[in-house]
Amino acid sequence: MKAQTKKIQLVWGLLLGIIFGFLLQKSGVTKYDVIIGQLLLTDFTVLKVMLSAVVTGMLGLHLMQNLGWIKLRPKAGSWGKNAVGGLIFGLGFAILGYCPGTIAGAMGNGYLDAITGGFIGIVLGSGLLAAVYPSLNAGILKKGYFGDLTLPRFARVNEWIVIIPLSIVLTLLLFWLETAGL
Amino acid sequence: MDWLTAVQWSPYAAGIGIGILSWFTWLISSKPIGCSTSFARTAGMIEKLFRGKKVEGKLYYREVKPEIDWQWMFVLGIIGGALVSSLLSGDFGWQWIPGKWEMAFGNNMWLRFFAALSGGILLGFGARWAGGCTSGHGISGTMQLAVSSWVSAICFFIGGIAMAHIIFNVIA
Repeated sequence: MKAQTKKIQLVWGLLLGIIFGFLLQKSGVTKYDVIIGQLLLTDFTVLKVMLSAVVTGMLGLHLMQNLGWIKLRPKAGSWGKNAVGGLIFGLGFAILGYCPGTIAGAMGNGYLDAITGGFIGIVLGSGLLAAVYPSLNAGILKKGYFGDLTLPRFARVNEWIVIIPLSIVLTLLLFWLETAGL
Repeated sequence: MDWLTAVQWSPYAAGIGIGILSWFTWLISSKPIGCSTSFARTAGMIEKLFRGKKVEGKLYYREVKPEIDWQWMFVLGIIGGALVSSLLSGDFGWQWIPGKWEMAFGNNMWLRFFAALSGGILLGFGARWAGGCTSGHGISGTMQLAVSSWVSAICFFIGGIAMAHIIFNVIA
């Protein structure tokens, strides 16, 4: 039974992934030009897709958690892990012009720089991190550790005190982008 | 059914769709949308082909097992979904050099290949360093209001915006 449940979950993973890939491709973010346009601040498609996903997801997930349907798992982190790793990621993001999710979409779109160099590079980089992980884990990844802290717990308020204003601010930001013609 | 064959949707329609999809990944599979761990599992599986079982003993692969899991299938699905979407709209096409790259650096295939390779190495290394990517931290983690994910996502874009400006406004 357990093995069967696991297999069924693998099929769900594939099906849900197909929907994600479809949405990514339709949004335009499987394209190098769109991603680089965002990083050059001339095309805000990436931000528009991400922020509308975050607002929609945030409202639904926390409601479902309040109803007891799901249990969220915010990732633990530290400044050494998330700020330093995030900046390294950013450098690669701009040189490659895809990220790990959109490169899978770019591969489906037929982009050969993604299928060859990009894909091989991400696998190599991941393997390289695995090789140096023991020394990083004993040092910089623990620097400035804050654990699985969330913004509401940091501010010591009910989560909806963060969710409602944040949803409004992010939505206004999107409206502002539109009125500014970006 | 024009929406199926449209080349591009409104970014808001696609974004809201991704947000709703995240409800279902949690409801059905108790999983956040994420991608980069699967590249690490793939690296481990490839290393296992050459070095055998002892790879599983490495500290990193004890935490991230080199095997096919839910997210690995999810990433495989992304390739399929993007393929279907681009075929339906006629947007599919084999392409080596993206337009913006060609305008700045010309159409040398090898230059683009090695840029993608080196960018990919940094990206994969940084994603696993930070414990997530634009999906896992940038979308799924920020919607869970995780501090780790907000810090990561902001740093993805600080690093990315800085490097893109260096590439296109200084080097090019």
